[in-house]
Amino acid sequence: MPDQTFLDSTELVLNMGPQHPSTHGVLRVVLKLDGEKVLGTDCVIGYLHRGVEKIGENRTYQQFAPYVDRMDYCAAVSNGLGYCLAVEKLLNAEAPPRAQAVRVILTELNRIASHLIWLGTHALDIGAITPLFYVMREREEILNIFEKYCGARLTTHAFRIGGLQYETYDTFEQDSKAVCDLVLPKIDEYERLLTGNRIWKGRLTNVGVLNAEDCKQYGVTGPMLRAAGVKWDLRKAQPYSGYEQYDFEIPTGTNGDTYDRYLVRMEEMRQSVRIIRQAVDRIPEGPIMAKIPKVIKPPVGEAYVSIEAPKGELGYFIVSDGSTQPYRLRVRPPSFVNLQALDKMARGALVADLVAIIGTIDIVLGEVDR
Amino acid sequence: MPEDEKPEATPAQAAPPVGPKPPAAPPPAKPAAKPPATMAVSPWEGELPGSLRQRFGDRITEFSIYLGQPFLAAKPEAVIPILEFLRLEASFDYLVDITAVDYPQRPERFDLIYILYSFARNERVRVKARIGQDDKPATATGVHLTANWLEREVFDMFGIEFAGHPDMRRILLPEDWEGYPLRKDKSILAQDNKWVEEHLGIESGQ
Repeated sequence: MPDQTFLDSTELVLNMGPQHPSTHGVLRVVLKLDGEKVLGTDCVIGYLHRGVEKIGENRTYQQFAPYVDRMDYCAAVSNGLGYCLAVEKLLNAEAPPRAQAVRVILTELNRIASHLIWLGTHALDIGAITPLFYVMREREEILNIFEKYCGARLTTHAFRIGGLQYETYDTFEQDSKAVCDLVLPKIDEYERLLTGNRIWKGRLTNVGVLNAEDCKQYGVTGPMLRAAGVKWDLRKAQPYSGYEQYDFEIPTGTNGDTYDRYLVRMEEMRQSVRIIRQAVDRIPEGPIMAKIPKVIKPPVGEAYVSIEAPKGELGYFIVSDGSTQPYRLRVRPPSFVNLQALDKMARGALVADLVAIIGTIDIVLGEVDR
Repeated sequence: MPEDEKPEATPAQAAPPVGPKPPAAPPPAKPAAKPPATMAVSPWEGELPGSLRQRFGDRITEFSIYLGQPFLAAKPEAVIPILEFLRLEASFDYLVDITAVDYPQRPERFDLIYILYSFARNERVRVKARIGQDDKPATATGVHLTANWLEREVFDMFGIEFAGHPDMRRILLPEDWEGYPLRKDKSILAQDNKWVEEHLGIESGQ
């Protein structure tokens, strides 16, 4: 192919978003196009910026906890877990075993819910409308558990620094198991719809390829990194909240393309079901709150604590000056960092592929913009 | 140790008191042990700090561990060589985060903080450097591509410009926004009212 284009026209600049159904919120991408081919992208973000870090520095440690739910609102429980673990690290405290087990169950339920939303919207972007209705139906059952547990469905504020606010409700174990029994065959059903589907494969295979080296260069984590063949999951690499007690696999891909990322996330849901089933069977008896002071004043110091959120590595870097408020509170958001690789993945792709690539990153703009 | 503390009289940054003043808190029966004003760090020793010390000498001023997390403090001009060394010779190939902390009272106002991770070692390390308000630290984009957006965010929030950065623009706030919100002298209520009026056509509610 010669370098010159068919019409030898100058490049076209096209604005995609912020009001666009496949940008998953208010992402705006300024595209440089040559016909249908993407020459470059420039993400314009910040439409949802609320200054979460500044708010954190002006609230006490407990007061800030509900705010973190508003970052990745599809995985609010994960956000809360990361934050609680970070403050507990500064306090040198640890949640009691019972609290840890319940935390694991709720976090993994939330991981399934988050992946379900991703699956539904991603398939919708590609043109498969049906899965969205199915995943919403299953996700509802998970949200019902959250609602019964803490009264909220999305912004749950399920955990407290040092453990849990609430004891589990009477049928918590049965409900969790029932959701596992429900979701597992449904995942097979989604796979029957999509995995071997010729259109689905045609739209995803070899689209948005990001190999392991690129992932590391761009700081890309989570399912995207695993789809590139790197067997790395913080739940295994640096276990927290008792994850070392549970048997589960880290699914990986080989090509690092959009199709592999789809397979990895589907398998992750099955692994989450495995973890929940084990955890439900052995929730230990005992207290749900560690003995921590009512007024939280961590000693002067700093700590970085991160967890494996559904989207990747979610980290909190907190500097304490010994007062009741964090001196500096930094959130390391997985969506923000992963989104940076969009340009690398989209160069040379078609505009239609770009929609698939944005979907496969699994961004939540609340977390990108904070 | 857990200790139930009495509510404090007034924290320094609290809002002005509303309503009647609370009665003066009774003096505590037993004065609680004052927390140390600095981080209670322990020295970080081993192979990695050894080789770093050998390579960079007094350009690294501190090797410490706090809560099991190692970090080093370096002169700003040494940061990029250190990141390169860690990446190429110690397999710290994943730059997790770049951020800053503002200490307005200090002559070197900001702490720049680089968090690194090594997949091979399964270890994290923090690199810290103190820089002044008008300093322009070198960009890390030549070592880790992910530094691009992370440095743009630091610029956006703190006004620290990175020399040699390919695209030093604001990232979260609008281009023509004034001020750097995460600086400590910026109140949480202060925002660019002019911008809000001009672009949104409303009076700022704050």
